[in-house]
Amino acid sequence: MSKVIEDKIISGIERNEFLISAINLRKYFPLRRTITDLILRRRLYVRAVDGVSFAIREGEIFCLVGESGCGKTTTGKTLIGLLPPTSGQIIYRPKDETVKYFNELGITPFKGKYYLLNELFKHKRANKLLRRELQIIFQDPYASLDPRNSIYTALEEPLIVHKIGESRDERLELIYRALEDVKLIPPEDFLGRYPHMLSGGQRQRVCIARALILNPKFIVADEPVSMLDVSIRAEILKLMLELKEKRNLTYLFITHDLATARLICDRIAVMYLGRIVELGPTDVIIGNPLHPYTQALVAAIPEPDPSNRLRLRKLNIKGEVPSAIRIPPGCRFHPRCPYIKSVCTKEEPPIIEVENEHYVSCWLYVKK
Amino acid sequence: MELLEVKDLRTYYFTSKGVVKAVDGISLKVRKGESLGLAGESGCGKSTFGYSILRLVPPPGRIVGGEIYFEGTNILKLDEETFRRNYRWKKVSMVFQGAMNALNPVRRIGDQIVEAILAHDESITEKEAYERAGELLELVGIEKVRLRSYPHELSGGMKQRVVIAMALALNPDLLIADEPTTALDVVVQAQIMNLLKELKNKLGMSLILITHDLSIIAEIADKVAVMYAGKIVEWGTSEQIFLNPIHPYTRGLISSIPRLRGKKNLYWIPGQPPDLVNPPRGCRFHPRCPYAMEICKKEEPSMIEVEPEHYVSCWLYIKR
Repeated sequence: MSKVIEDKIISGIERNEFLISAINLRKYFPLRRTITDLILRRRLYVRAVDGVSFAIREGEIFCLVGESGCGKTTTGKTLIGLLPPTSGQIIYRPKDETVKYFNELGITPFKGKYYLLNELFKHKRANKLLRRELQIIFQDPYASLDPRNSIYTALEEPLIVHKIGESRDERLELIYRALEDVKLIPPEDFLGRYPHMLSGGQRQRVCIARALILNPKFIVADEPVSMLDVSIRAEILKLMLELKEKRNLTYLFITHDLATARLICDRIAVMYLGRIVELGPTDVIIGNPLHPYTQALVAAIPEPDPSNRLRLRKLNIKGEVPSAIRIPPGCRFHPRCPYIKSVCTKEEPPIIEVENEHYVSCWLYVKK
Repeated sequence: MELLEVKDLRTYYFTSKGVVKAVDGISLKVRKGESLGLAGESGCGKSTFGYSILRLVPPPGRIVGGEIYFEGTNILKLDEETFRRNYRWKKVSMVFQGAMNALNPVRRIGDQIVEAILAHDESITEKEAYERAGELLELVGIEKVRLRSYPHELSGGMKQRVVIAMALALNPDLLIADEPTTALDVVVQAQIMNLLKELKNKLGMSLILITHDLSIIAEIADKVAVMYAGKIVEWGTSEQIFLNPIHPYTRGLISSIPRLRGKKNLYWIPGQPPDLVNPPRGCRFHPRCPYAMEICKKEEPSMIEVEPEHYVSCWLYIKR
């Protein structure tokens, strides 16, 4: 279905263009079988990620946008090995020092400098090495820090696990640097504090510091600002941008808010029910959305214009996202689509490149 | 005529760490059929303001001063039973924050709506209450058959609609909606805002929308009040607040909204809201204010009317 993208990924890998890519990635969660399922010999799955392909360039901020339940978080977690993929390939170019260890362990690359992560995640020692390079910032800074651990303990733990820093002093030095990097200054003021003594924004900074302390290359930022007040969101986004430059990072930014994505992302992939329906440069996706779902997402963003109250917002699409257990046949979006044609209910549309780097998966744009 | 008039309301929480002055001298008016947006960051006391109007401030909180007039009656003077029978849910009701979790997971939604109706209206039979519950669901765009569903069978957006239906059960004159769309997706959020707009026009009720996101307020509010650290800092019509904001805090809030069009600006309000046990002296916003002057640190600015219906509390606009 996404052959165009896959071909580009393969040729891009030859040119060393991408840092991390996913090819036809799938992640299914089996449902508990009921007695009827057993009799019918049936297995049901939540098809959270159902064949996505994309590639992220080094230094890029790549965004996954979609509503809850579209599989964006699962994609992020699968990409960095927090969840084993059901099928598909994850291709990644590790740091040179990691490659050295890989050579010692007798691990062979997939192609050139690229390694197949879905294989390496099963390899205990390789997985641990990769953990340093691939990190994640979770959505909820209230839930992702242990309330009984001080900030010092929270930040020291990854160092101990990965045996970085010989002595306590050395580790302390690294913790200081990480806290300074996320502008929790002076760091000694924060070391002894517990999460409940911090504001939401400060907690999210601690989470960012924790992700950075192992000096990663690639960070999945899963809705890092959606739990924060609008008034302080930009501060965290700015910090993420600065750290990206300073530490040479690449981000996968996951959000449901296109307006936030617009502020910092280079490219956007719009996900719907486990598939990418549209992918392209940020300004193209927001300025000229082609897929009816992307159009609806753009139309739904509220703007601070007081004349909005005088009219209802035009929403082309009806209802809500269906369950990922029973995915509609044909185009998965057809039950909500205002432009539905007969082909949409029968056959899944392929992904096509409508203009340079702008891909869409919709029958409206397939020429026959 | 004013439906609701709040005068110098003070609601404090008496905690072991000290007195948290969550609402510290708020005066506001809401006319019949008017919608008011109450904006402010988390912890500024905006939800406490909503709870105070329903007289549902959770302990250790207490309303310690001020008056709340509802159609001319000071509801703080009424005894609890009279207020519960005649006002709560009948005249003023609330959609609580995190409404998705406000439903009882082990009871059918129909039974829950009926319970709310029967608790406040003794003249109605159970059968009539069921019919009413069905009508309410249809009013918020859910089929009647869903009366028999359990909350887990509904999506987030539908649960939010059910909670709104419940708040409308007794035809209130005033609906307080506390962050009604916070946990919802953008498309569902737009659907819920459309629903609130339709209901407001159809039922002619007044609305207080409490949220930290001014762009949601722009969707529905006729008037906007901006709250900071337990106080109102600016209050005016929607046009005045959005097109001509004058308090530095309001300006900051509006500039920090990420937009889909125009310049990509990353703007935020530096610092964080003060601790309400020990709020800063003088103007409470002065530690974060880019225009702070000497006087701001010492004396609290009073509320002045800069143009008709547009009030602000800031030393920059007080002529001396």
